Amino acid sequence: MSDKLYPVAIEVNGTRRTLQVPARLSLVDCLRDELRLTGTHIGCEHGICGACSVLLDGEPVRSCLMFAVQADGHKVTTVEGLANTDGTPGILQDSFCEKHALQCGYCTPGMLIAAHALLAEIKQPTDAEIRVAIGGNLCRCTGYQQIVDAVKLAAARLSTQATDGFKNG
Amino acid sequence: MAQEKNPGGFRYIGKQRRTKEYPRFVTGRGRFVADIALPGMKHVALVASPYPSARIVSINTAAARALPGVHYVLTGEEFCAATDALAIGVDAPKVARYSLANGVVRYAGEWVAAVVADTRAIAEDAVELVEVEYEPTPHVIDPEQAIKDGSPLVHPAHGSNIILKKHFVWGPVNAAFANAKHKLVLRAIWGRSSTVPIETFGVAAQWDAGQQILDIWASIQMPKFPDQAARALRLPGNAVRVHFDVDVGGSYGVKRGIKHTVLVGYLARRLGMPVRLIEDRLENMRGGDMHGPDRIFDMEVAFDDDGTLRALKIRALDDVGAYAGRSPFQLGKPVTAICGPYRIAAVEYEPTAVLTNKTPEEAVRGFGQAPTNFAIERTLDCVARHLKMDPIEIRRRNLIRANEFPYLIPSGSTYDSGDYHAVLDKALNAIDYPALVKERDAARRAGKLAGIGIATCLEPNGGNSGFEPLLNPKTDTTTWMDSCVVRVDLSGAITGVMGTSSSGQGHETLVSTVIGEVLEREPADIRVVRADSLQALPSNSPVGSRMAIMLGGAAAGAARKIKDTLIEIAAHNLQCTIESVEYSDGNAAVRGHPDQRIPWDELIAIAHRKIHQMPPGIEPGLQAKFVWEVPTGGKLPAADNTIQIYPCYSFEAHVVYVEIDRDTAAPVLRKYVCGHDCGVMISPDIVHGMTYGGIAHGIGAALYEKFSYTADGQLESGTFMDYLLPSAMEVPTITIVDHCTPSPLTTFGQKGSGEAGYLGAPAAIANAINDALAPIDGRIDTLPITHDALWRVIRGAASPGD
Repeated sequence: MSDKLYPVAIEVNGTRRTLQVPARLSLVDCLRDELRLTGTHIGCEHGICGACSVLLDGEPVRSCLMFAVQADGHKVTTVEGLANTDGTPGILQDSFCEKHALQCGYCTPGMLIAAHALLAEIKQPTDAEIRVAIGGNLCRCTGYQQIVDAVKLAAARLSTQATDGFKNG
Repeated sequence: MAQEKNPGGFRYIGKQRRTKEYPRFVTGRGRFVADIALPGMKHVALVASPYPSARIVSINTAAARALPGVHYVLTGEEFCAATDALAIGVDAPKVARYSLANGVVRYAGEWVAAVVADTRAIAEDAVELVEVEYEPTPHVIDPEQAIKDGSPLVHPAHGSNIILKKHFVWGPVNAAFANAKHKLVLRAIWGRSSTVPIETFGVAAQWDAGQQILDIWASIQMPKFPDQAARALRLPGNAVRVHFDVDVGGSYGVKRGIKHTVLVGYLARRLGMPVRLIEDRLENMRGGDMHGPDRIFDMEVAFDDDGTLRALKIRALDDVGAYAGRSPFQLGKPVTAICGPYRIAAVEYEPTAVLTNKTPEEAVRGFGQAPTNFAIERTLDCVARHLKMDPIEIRRRNLIRANEFPYLIPSGSTYDSGDYHAVLDKALNAIDYPALVKERDAARRAGKLAGIGIATCLEPNGGNSGFEPLLNPKTDTTTWMDSCVVRVDLSGAITGVMGTSSSGQGHETLVSTVIGEVLEREPADIRVVRADSLQALPSNSPVGSRMAIMLGGAAAGAARKIKDTLIEIAAHNLQCTIESVEYSDGNAAVRGHPDQRIPWDELIAIAHRKIHQMPPGIEPGLQAKFVWEVPTGGKLPAADNTIQIYPCYSFEAHVVYVEIDRDTAAPVLRKYVCGHDCGVMISPDIVHGMTYGGIAHGIGAALYEKFSYTADGQLESGTFMDYLLPSAMEVPTITIVDHCTPSPLTTFGQKGSGEAGYLGAPAAIANAINDALAPIDGRIDTLPITHDALWRVIRGAASPGD
């Protein structure tokens, strides 16, 4: 295996990051190990489970199926980038908390990315549209129902930009 | 333990509230094992056997060791000499299991060597350079072949492939069969599936040579994990420190990587470097030793004209794979609900665990109960069909009645409480059963295959260990306690300390809710921490749907001690009796004299600083521990093999409607209702979430998921492209209908629910499919009921002789 390193520049969550990476470094390993953005998770490394989903120029992609060098010059958004600027959960993230759309939290980053991409496309999705949108993301805890509920809540809240002050805990 | 007064009048319990855990997960701030980066950490990759059975002739590691970045290549010869075999629950000392094979491999995927390198990628490169010469030997994959004379022996030193075989008779079985008007036999087969969390197993370890302590971070859910790791590594128990503050990315029973942990612990100590192993998906599916029950049931049932069940004979043959930890015990837990929710006075049970050349089995959600429930529920439906009786009617006639609790079953367990008829009725009402029948019949008239499935199943919970001495008389464990520490610091802030890891069950929310309930303080302000294993009080981990009962009970017990101390302090300073102190919101006053009051902050200040105001004999500082023994536990089996195993019994009634496409054979679950009674729900949203998830998991076991093997002993479904987990497209909208029969045995009337849904969904779906196939005289009693199996039955019916 070649030791050669390649320069890449990726805009990650709004910040330009430059680094030298081997050709075989996957995007997910780059995000997690090089940039220490560990919110993106690895589930299968063959493109099925969706835990590693990130937005590439706004489109959800499997970061386990991409090399970091392929992201050179592109914009990547991870789950960390969905939060408010002060680090508190964004409306979609907060809706997941409100509707108990997660348990162990492992698939959650990918679910949020898939749901975020859906809501960017369709403002008021139907249940069926939500299920299609998250159909490529496997969750073993929830049976998906509360995820569907959370995405619907987020859609409603986003339409009014209403945020309410539920307390966690 | 005394129950809390006024169980309906809870302040925080049973309310819709947010959890403590979710905010960190939704913002990407969880701390999973793969997120832990120790300075200088090295990475492990594994050399796996390509053969199901072979002698290892030689291992040449020279090329791998020569690769830059590689630090070590460990083989079984060194490892097995330096460590002890992993613990085995049943009495089979010759079935020795180590992390690495030594001289012999017994399943395809078994680890033969471990490479340690600077990166995982280099370690994987080096794995390719390890040369292993094998001499293949005969193997056995079929469990029924494995129990025959002359079969290849997986462990020749054991002398047989049978690792456990028992025969129990509870009640007058033979008389019942002799006298019953009807008898019926059936074979029901539960396929080899598992829980398959989205996070694989991972472990990181670091040897502190100065302290002589091995630190371990792992995605673990396992009772006695620190103890077993220490023993295998030949270390004193207090030289292993397991950090339980690791978020576990799903488990549902299987995250028990003791094999991985001992390997990584050994390497970390041997090399003096932090070492981690994060399974990739194929390692997880093939060599991670996390398959679930793979079980053939031969059922015999005796019954009357009116459907009254008289006796049941169950033979269960479980294929545990090539090695065994606790997995054969999964034949034992079902003893605690061996007759299901039914009044069956006589039961014969013959469990057999057999070794084959497959990946070993591990504990899976329900610990053997889901397959057993499936077999019992298929039996009920077959009886109904035989008598041309409605499957609901057969259940109504045989379900234990509400006025019969506590109810002693033949195998010795007493069911604590329940109202099974009410729960079933609620589920039927919720789905509008008469309308559903019309819908099905209309669909049939339109040429569709349509069926309704019913399953009424028990969820034994409050996990205790009574099946251990029942299945292995050399074991005399009779307790599986859990514990909690509650502290109130000088600022008045409350901290709960638990001593085990969590994999999505919301234990921090559980503990804070319970403490808040008892102390009448806001749970959101209560911090819950996970002590490491050297600081923690004893825990037996979240297995057997036990934490709401056991950890919840322990947290309540410790909180109550704090409350009692505060009341004593108040009585002493208010110069009144303890009985006349009224405690409210953390403040204490003389009853009827609200002006004579000491607020929370002052009570705390007295406890921490003002020893001169403390009542004599009361320890200063505010902390209390509570270790709770499992209610109804503490006994060994009686001479007649009866024993109370689990204390509490939740109940679920599933009603599902399925339509099967005649052309593609694809089943679609059109409607799904689950009536559920798990007593008092501490966090209803969490309970509902686990129930939805359990049903989804059960849909997988019923229709999609199987670890298939070729006759050559190769795993055919080691990826998510061929081991199919249900997605949001396969799992329908589910309606859960709650019912509450409090348990008389627990602090707040709560029961367990972590295995809810999964314990009945496969049975209900199998019954629905068979109802759909009935008009074409089709029948499938083997799970998973794949599209392929359905297609063959439909096609066979459509064109006989084809």
